Amino acid sequence: MNWELIGESLPKLLAGAGVTVQLTLFSLAIGLLLAVPLALARLSHNPLLKYPTAGFVFYFRGTPLLVQLFLIYYGSGQFRDVLSDMGLWTYFRNAWFCAVLTLTLNTAAYTAEIFRGAIQAVPRGEIEAGKAFGMSGWLLFRRVTLPKAFRIALPAYGNEVVFLLQATSLVSAITVIDLTGAADLIRSKTFAVYEMYLTAAVLYLIMTYVLVYAFRLLEKRLNAYQHRSA
Amino acid sequence: MLDLQGYGWLLLKGLQMTVLVGLCAMFMAILFGLLGAWGKFSHSRLANWAADTYTTVVRGVPELILLLLVYYGVPKLIQDGVAALGYELRLDLNPFVAGFMTIGFIYGAFCTEVLRGAFLSVPRGQMEAARAIGMSKALAFRRVQLPLALRMALPGLGNVWMVLIKATALISLIQLDELMRNAKLAATATHQPFTFYFLASLLFLAITLVSMLVLKRAETWAKRGVRV
Repeated sequence: MNWELIGESLPKLLAGAGVTVQLTLFSLAIGLLLAVPLALARLSHNPLLKYPTAGFVFYFRGTPLLVQLFLIYYGSGQFRDVLSDMGLWTYFRNAWFCAVLTLTLNTAAYTAEIFRGAIQAVPRGEIEAGKAFGMSGWLLFRRVTLPKAFRIALPAYGNEVVFLLQATSLVSAITVIDLTGAADLIRSKTFAVYEMYLTAAVLYLIMTYVLVYAFRLLEKRLNAYQHRSA
Repeated sequence: MLDLQGYGWLLLKGLQMTVLVGLCAMFMAILFGLLGAWGKFSHSRLANWAADTYTTVVRGVPELILLLLVYYGVPKLIQDGVAALGYELRLDLNPFVAGFMTIGFIYGAFCTEVLRGAFLSVPRGQMEAARAIGMSKALAFRRVQLPLALRMALPGLGNVWMVLIKATALISLIQLDELMRNAKLAATATHQPFTFYFLASLLFLAITLVSMLVLKRAETWAKRGVRV
């Protein structure tokens, strides 16, 4: 173990970890915004909403993230002329943009499925109680169904967040210098193979446990009404 | 019609390799899972600790990091060790073996949790009855506990398989000629990256669909003696 080298590389690895956190937060935020309407469309009785979203969710959950990344980053090159005409080529040429786009679509598909289950699991009585108060439509959804569904979804969503954090490591395959990318880069220059990957592994572990702890706190707070002293 | 410029067979060969790696990895995952579950149930403190560390650490580190660590790190570690003794050695791991061992090791952690839950759900009376009619511990495990637990574990193991088969795509990054890497070769040669990556993704979807059908049949078969 070359401890000196690990110390020297730490700033670069931490910068990479910063990119990892950034990618995770960006994709999570946009993915979450997309997931709620997607879940609703998937539950809708309108076939024009239902089947395309079901197809989207099936495709993004059924294929490897690495293929999705390559499809968007390298695959977009096949449509360079069309994308240039639409003024979109500057975005698709950018690996960071492609990484966020892919991760967002991917997590949106998984999160939509979690929310679909959660919305279906909201107790009927609570919805009826809301209706009895005179709420209907959007107000009922916003004040009763959605908050309850979010609480039900929380443990599963926490898992999805951890999975997404780990999944971001794949963006190093499309030239984004995240934590894995930084470790890889230093490895290729210094031949400090296990030192770099082990340090990266420890940093990922720390980030994962911070997330798990944060979700535990959030769950305790939001679902406090359920907690009983054993 | 779609022109694959003669690269279609390359994709099919890749598909074959992907399924093979997936099956080997799944076999390893179940072995590691049984070992892990045993560790969690064991009365030995050391075994408890080892199993807990295994499941928490493996699930907290990205698969790619573990794969790179095994594929590049282990040979380097051995080389450095031998060099310290004054010898020189050049060592490379076979990407197939390194790949399915690592993926199996990672998903073994997920299998551990699935199997732990399954073993917990086997009624205690079953094992007691088996022991009462004179079966030895090993025989009762093999004939009573294991079959009952596997029935409970089947849906969970099915989920692990679905995630595992997608994870095999990572092995393309350590140069194994599976579906993903062959798609990359074809994409580079033909300058049609979208076509080939999309086809590869459809082949992965096909694996998922076939797996869903097989699992459904397997679950029906496993539940054939259960009255609802």
